[in-house]
This record gives sequence, C-alpha cells and structure tokens, in this order.
Amino acid sequence: MRGEMAAFILLAAVTVIPAIVVVTSRNIVRAALSLVPTFLGVSGLYVLLQAEFVTAIQVLIYAGAITVLILFVIMLTAGGTGLPVRQVNEQVPLGILVAGALAGGLLFVLLRAPWPMVSGEMPRYNARAIGTALLTNYALVFEVTSLVLLVSLIGAIIIARREGS
Amino acid sequence: MQLGLSHFLALSALLFSIGLYGVLTRRNAVAILMGIELMLNAANVNLVAFNRYVSPGVMPGQVFALVVITLAACEAAVGLALVMAAYRSLETVHVDEINLLKW
Repeated sequence: MRGEMAAFILLAAVTVIPAIVVVTSRNIVRAALSLVPTFLGVSGLYVLLQAEFVTAIQVLIYAGAITVLILFVIMLTAGGTGLPVRQVNEQVPLGILVAGALAGGLLFVLLRAPWPMVSGEMPRYNARAIGTALLTNYALVFEVTSLVLLVSLIGAIIIARREGS
Repeated sequence: MQLGLSHFLALSALLFSIGLYGVLTRRNAVAILMGIELMLNAANVNLVAFNRYVSPGVMPGQVFALVVITLAACEAAVGLALVMAAYRSLETVHVDEINLLKW
C-alpha cells in the first residue's frame, strides 16, 4: 500500500507540473511538448487503477497522435519567425480567479460527498472484458462513436483542404 | 494512508482547473485546444477511478473513457483543421484578432 501511495504521488507530480507548464509557458512548442509527460502521467494513473487497455490507448492516441497533430499545426501556422509573441490575453487575473474557484469548489464537493464505495476485484483480462462490454451492452455507443469518427475525419479533410483545388 | 478514490478525484479536479485556466487565458487557438485536452484527460481520470472504486467488475467507466478518448481525437482533428482554415484566410491564429463578426 505504501508503494502504491508513493507511485501515486510521483505520477501526480509528473502529471500536474508539466500541465502547469502547458498553460503558462511563453513558448508554444515547449507547451505542446509538455503535453507528453502529462499524458504519460495520466496513463500511469490508469495502471494504478488497473485499466491496462485504457493505458495503452492513452499512450497511442494522446501521447502519440494528438501531440504530433498539435505540433504539426504549430509548425504550419506560427509563422516560423521566432519573434516573441504575447501568448496570454488580458484575462489572466480573472482566469486565475475562476480556475482557483472551480478547483476549490470541486475539491470541496467531491471530497465531502459520500460515494457508494464497493470493494471488489477488477476482471483479470481487462481487454477481453472491455471488448465484451463494447459489443454487448454498449454496442450502440460503439457504433455511434465510429460514425462520429468517420464524419469528423471527412469534415476535417474538407475544412482543411485548400479552396479551389 | 491508503490510496483511495478521493486522491484521484482531487488530482483530476486540479488537472481540470489547470486546463480551464489555459482555455481562459491563452491567445493562441492551438494552446486553447491543448487546455481542452487537459480537461478531457481530467474527466477520463474521473471515469476510470469511479469504475475502479464504485463499480469494479463491470466496465462502464473504462468503456466511456475510451469513447471520450476517441471523441477527443475527433475534436482535435476538426479543431486543428479549423485553425488551419482560419490561418489561411486571416493570417493569424490568435483568437483575439479573429473578430470579423465583431462590430
């Protein structure tokens, strides 16, 4: 149990500190690259929660695909001048206030609420359990998600395509 | 002190607030999308943690975490395509300079 707690504290630090860099760094590329340790820290949290399949998907899609996509768009848009550009708008004090208030409110509510805790074992074969659930109880969710994925990819191609070609 | 649900809830609340701060204060549209990704990650941590501590044995939390990851990928693809289109026509990615509809 003590090792679990130590691992949680380590993973929480790996998750939260780069996340703060993501939202505060003046360098947009550094912010984008700081997303990687955050996503990997979250995938470590999934290991602690015995969700191995979600861990693998998190590493593949977030740390792999989405970060690379963001870096490509930064490369294609920022102008490549290297000039120091103001990255924050004039709402910084308001943003700190709102985010702090939300964090305080969420912590207050979530930590006081009596959750119906059940002690039990997770299924031993995580991927098999998820696959069975996806194709039985959640088949409709699965199909609609795949449809949304198709539509969004076609939409992204059409939006990003140069007009007239 | 035993590792429990409340630790994960506290961490995800922090992560969500950090993401919200990024969304509220950044000028660059890509950075705003990064903040949104952080917020979606916080929601996923919550889903998986509730699955582990409230309903172990069945899989709704993890299934919906996978759905959220898929939709986050969709959102990133469409959002970044919109950023590209806006950059091509307006020559900027800063959302406070994209004010054509503002009179």
